[in-house]
Amino acid sequence: MSDTNVQRRQFLKTSVGAAAVAIAPGMLLFDMAHGKSEAVSSKVRWGMLIDTANCADGCNDCVTACNKENGLSGGLSPTDSQWIRKVELKDMRGGRTLALPMMCQHCENPPCVDVCPTGASFKRADGIVLVDKHLCIGCRYCMMACPYKARSFVHEPLHDQKPDVPRGKGTVESCTMCVHRVDKGQQPACAEACPNKSILFGNLNDPDSEISKKIRTVASTQVRADLGLNTGIRYQGI
Amino acid sequence: MLKLIATLAVLCCCTTAGATEGYRMPKLDIGKGGQCVEEPQWMRKNHMHVLLKQRDETVHKGIRDDKHSLKNCIECHASTRDNSVIGRADSFCEGCHRYEAVKIDCFECHSSKRSSALVQKEH
Repeated sequence: MSDTNVQRRQFLKTSVGAAAVAIAPGMLLFDMAHGKSEAVSSKVRWGMLIDTANCADGCNDCVTACNKENGLSGGLSPTDSQWIRKVELKDMRGGRTLALPMMCQHCENPPCVDVCPTGASFKRADGIVLVDKHLCIGCRYCMMACPYKARSFVHEPLHDQKPDVPRGKGTVESCTMCVHRVDKGQQPACAEACPNKSILFGNLNDPDSEISKKIRTVASTQVRADLGLNTGIRYQGI
Repeated sequence: MLKLIATLAVLCCCTTAGATEGYRMPKLDIGKGGQCVEEPQWMRKNHMHVLLKQRDETVHKGIRDDKHSLKNCIECHASTRDNSVIGRADSFCEGCHRYEAVKIDCFECHSSKRSSALVQKEH
């Protein structure tokens, strides 16, 4: 091989290397400036572990935080939206009382998705169950199918919605696991607001995540596990 | 001869100006304005397709590319007076949509307000 050719090869190799070095930080900055441009993947499954022993009786901070984050009125009439509610349980024989937050359980096999006639109710690749309100016709089949009574229907026209949480009359809505926050790398508002840190949010598919480690070491329950829905929300101490 | 050409040229200019006036294009409050993420003429024709594609990708795949998001449109184009793209005859979205008689239903669910202004208000 002639000497010129070798030099030419060397030059090309160096230029490619230099170009990669020059472009890489730019691409990184572009990603940071323009938001996430990659689709969510099923390598992640978001979930929560709720420690009911730490969930204080009478504390409503998770509910308040959810209402504030998502622009819900916080009203309790039958036509007001509730994405999360505090449920208080009492064992009538032993007298033991228990409080826990109940919301969309983000099932692996969600009945609300099965019954939706338009494909509006869907599960994202990372396990978050959502309503695409562009497709929702407000039939409310999903509300009837949900064993956790987690979904609400918007009955009245709304004003001043949050820019990150579009909501509108005639559509069904429920806990989105604060998908707009999760996509930014933050925690859901309820998990962040809990004063006793009893809502642990994380990736169930990552064996090294805090939530997976805890699920391996403590006894946790899925509500209505008999239905075989494999919920993303698990409870400890019920 | 020169005079004739000059007169013709002036006349031509007047007619072109007259023709544009004749359409009575809506006068829009373009908000902050500046350089759009795409060519403005192309955007006038295609913004609905861009938003539709972005909407599906964001809702279903979680792709939150700021460039073509509705939030980003509003951030630049909301009026500097009321931070909104709807509500007045010269509002950026509503002005054109009224002129074209195309119903705009984005804002029955989506916020029409500039989000940075709302954040400031909260604090």
